[in-house]
Amino acid sequence: MTTLDAPRTVTPQGYLLRQSRWRPIEVAFWLATLLPFWLFPTYLSLASQIAITGLFALSLDLILGYAGIVSLGHAAFFGIGAYTAGIFSKFVWGEPFSGLVVAAAVAGVVGYASSFIISRFRHLTLIMITLGLGLLLKEAANSAHWLTGGSDGLQGIDIWPVLGVFNFDLYGRTAYGYALGVLFVVFLFARRLINSPFGLALRGIRENFVRMPAIGADSHAHIRKVYTIAAIIAGIAGGLLAQTTQTVALEVLSFERSADVVVMLVLGGAGRLYGGLIGAMVYMIARDQFSGIAPQYWYFWIGALLVIVVMLLPNGILGGLSALLKRWRRR
Amino acid sequence: MRRLFYASVATCALALTPVTSQAADPIKIGVVLPYSGQFADGAKQVDEGIKLYMKQHGDTVAGRKIEIIRKDVGGIAPPVAKRLAQELVVRDKVDLLAGWLLTPNAIAGCDVSKEAKKVSVIMNAATSIIVDKSPYCIRSAFTLPMVTTTLGHWAAKNGVKKAYTMVSDYAPGHDAEKGFIEGFKAGGGEIVGSVHMAVANPDFSAYVQRAKDLNPEAIFVFIPGGAQPAAFGKALAERGIDTKKVKVMGTQELTDDSALTNMGDTALGIITGSPYDHNLKSKINQDFVAAYRKEFGANPNFFSAGGYDGMTLIYAGLKLTKGDTDGDKLIAAMKTAKWTSPRGPMMIDPKTRDAVETIYIQRVEKVGGKLVNVEIGKVENVRDPVHEAMMKTKK
Amino acid sequence: MLPPVFGVLFDGIAYGMLLFVLSVGMSVTLGLMNFVNLAHCAFAMLGAYVTVVLMKDFDWNFFATLPMAFAAAALVSVAVERTLYRRLYRASDLDQVLLTIGLAFMSIAIAAWFFGTTQQPIAVPSYMRGSISVLGLNLGIYRMFLVAVGIAVTVLLVLALEHTRFGAQVRAAVDNQRMARGLGIDVDRTFAVTFALGSGLAGLGGALAIEIVGLDPQFALVYLVYVLIIVSVGGLGSIAGSFAAACLIGMSDIAGKYYVPQLGSFLIYLVMVAVLMWRPAGLFGKR
Repeated sequence: MTTLDAPRTVTPQGYLLRQSRWRPIEVAFWLATLLPFWLFPTYLSLASQIAITGLFALSLDLILGYAGIVSLGHAAFFGIGAYTAGIFSKFVWGEPFSGLVVAAAVAGVVGYASSFIISRFRHLTLIMITLGLGLLLKEAANSAHWLTGGSDGLQGIDIWPVLGVFNFDLYGRTAYGYALGVLFVVFLFARRLINSPFGLALRGIRENFVRMPAIGADSHAHIRKVYTIAAIIAGIAGGLLAQTTQTVALEVLSFERSADVVVMLVLGGAGRLYGGLIGAMVYMIARDQFSGIAPQYWYFWIGALLVIVVMLLPNGILGGLSALLKRWRRR
Repeated sequence: MRRLFYASVATCALALTPVTSQAADPIKIGVVLPYSGQFADGAKQVDEGIKLYMKQHGDTVAGRKIEIIRKDVGGIAPPVAKRLAQELVVRDKVDLLAGWLLTPNAIAGCDVSKEAKKVSVIMNAATSIIVDKSPYCIRSAFTLPMVTTTLGHWAAKNGVKKAYTMVSDYAPGHDAEKGFIEGFKAGGGEIVGSVHMAVANPDFSAYVQRAKDLNPEAIFVFIPGGAQPAAFGKALAERGIDTKKVKVMGTQELTDDSALTNMGDTALGIITGSPYDHNLKSKINQDFVAAYRKEFGANPNFFSAGGYDGMTLIYAGLKLTKGDTDGDKLIAAMKTAKWTSPRGPMMIDPKTRDAVETIYIQRVEKVGGKLVNVEIGKVENVRDPVHEAMMKTKK
Repeated sequence: MLPPVFGVLFDGIAYGMLLFVLSVGMSVTLGLMNFVNLAHCAFAMLGAYVTVVLMKDFDWNFFATLPMAFAAAALVSVAVERTLYRRLYRASDLDQVLLTIGLAFMSIAIAAWFFGTTQQPIAVPSYMRGSISVLGLNLGIYRMFLVAVGIAVTVLLVLALEHTRFGAQVRAAVDNQRMARGLGIDVDRTFAVTFALGSGLAGLGGALAIEIVGLDPQFALVYLVYVLIIVSVGGLGSIAGSFAAACLIGMSDIAGKYYVPQLGSFLIYLVMVAVLMWRPAGLFGKR
């Protein structure tokens, strides 16, 4: 449909190179993430939870947006990360970074194991299997109350100050700084991953699962890899939530959390690196504001927001905006 | 990146704003409840209890206006609960926290209460350990073991010798079961079997059939309020358990108004332990129910009583401190509180910061063509058995 | 005389029938029209509230309200389909998810606004309550009614889709839309009617569900998972599949709870995962 682009020859290398260059708007975005420290010092707890949810959405984007694996059970890895970080701090020690590494490792191992199941299925079957496995894990966590505290939540989480200096404070300054730092590092990794031949192969799988092996890319192996990576990142996000709030309850494994993150990602724009971050930001700020105004009826407004976005901006906020931008440029 | 991190954390220290409050300022109370989602109905009742109290007793205490700031936590979500509590403290500068319907949220709120040295009033969440989490947490409602241990003991003393227990398979269910079994055994009863039931997807007939196979003399049941009590009642009828022959016992959720309407005559004969019911005969309760009905068009239940008594406790404490909301002074004042509530005489146990109150034993009967809970016994001055046991082991 | 477990199994089938009536419409819209309608249970909730209002405020008989529940859900769904859904028939699944979950959210708030958050109890006629004894089994009368409705719905749907002119049009429109248009079939209208039928059945299911599972505004989301389970286990677009899945899930869930109560909450998901691993397209699925 873009007649202007057609004559230009695009090599994969050239495409990846162009994609991996930092655009000014990206730099501006990351600088802007520091603004809450000065502009909204009383919103830093919310900002930290947005950063964590954004990280979680980013992990889902790797499998849903890039490889086309729709999961309604992604909270399983988030929850595993959260419980691991919590339990680690209770029984080993409370140093946050090591706790995060352990959380990522455990989530990664479980992700790798389940990726053998996941890579065999597509479409609705895949969605329902992820959902089923996620809910089974939640029930298991409820049953194992000797370890998880069951539905009362895990008790006795004790997280040491970050770097031995920064206590988790009431304002959420440490929480936000810590979550933002981790988010940025993981984002750099995800960005590198997506703008690599591996990332290109994933997009190929999304577009045509059957044809990829024909050009020498084993779809199953790629899916196993990316699924494991996504699980690791989700585990980190879960670990961050457990550490910054020092609470873990069964809801980290819930269907609602899995569904919410899908909604946020699609809202922001799936298959775009910033889709999850923007989606989490818009959704959570809207939810916070609406529920402040109408504690009982905010569902109406958040629902209306989703409907309006779909109608005006297909393919999410970023997808819709970039389409609008393209149309405007062509004029 | 790390340098960036250091820099950002260092600079934000500058953003600290001093917290000052003067006597003329309003007293702000941050109420955190699940106003939306699955538990919205309970939240609404607690909130209505708060509203009614403030309507009846004015919104000024010791010369300071009371201002309520409501926050929706949306369900069981301790990270959200903690964030809301933090924001209430740092942004809205509240003087007290209150509300708390669900245990995990209440515990997260207690963390904030402890760190910020703000009193937090637990208006419903019913797990014993909550108030241990912060020296500023205090309970205006009840604990689940208070109800179930009392019921178990009463049952054993009133001719029930063998019972089967059925509880939902989650923490409150386990607490309820443990409490009942302790009370029942202490009274000389014997437990013939127990089953834990799935919390979600409630079709009770399989569990009820299991109970029926054992042909027990009595059944104790604990399930969450809402849709499940009616479903349980119907399963009893469909599986052919006659509540006139088998004593079915439970907690107040089992026979609240909407459950009774939905169950119909099946409910006749069910015995419950309860901290409050709108059928209590005292004058103060009848006035309370009349006022509540006038305001909200429905009968109050134990949630409403928790909200109402929570405000009573807050007002009482503030009167003693003359409007001073300093955490230490206020909690000290609240510990001495003693009042007569619609649910009967109440006081705070200064050692545990639990409420001490009457637990009623009631049976569903038909009065004037309507199903109601009729009081058939009561135990006064009930303390939380879990904390009681802890005290004993300490000595 | 049969052992009591058969009575329990019968309860399971009845519960399954309830899920079947709730979910069959979703199976049709998702399987035949390729439209992801996560607001399906919102239409079920609408039907349920219609029944509650008619019974409480207008003293209607329970049975008289059921056609109204069906009609209300069908009518509202046509309005929504014509204004919103049809624009997204060609959009991505994910946009469909976002739109319909948004509508489900709105329906929750609207229900809470009009009816409050309380449980809405209804009193079905007293002769529908309790149980009768058949061969020594206690069978709930209401549950027998549910099973009868489930079977009737299945028979009617199969007949309508397989043996009527309208059914032939639906199948033609699904198989090849352009060809169907070329033959003079009004595809838009066919889809709208199919959609209305599915939503109407959801409304009926919602009304029938009140007596078993209660009703509050969360209904629109809580039962969505169960509906998706039935649809995927049965196989997309297959009415007989949904029926079989509903029986299987209902019975295995309840039998498991009876024999191994420790596994009570795991069973429904275990059965689903197991079936899908064995037959990824569902029991009767073609794709």
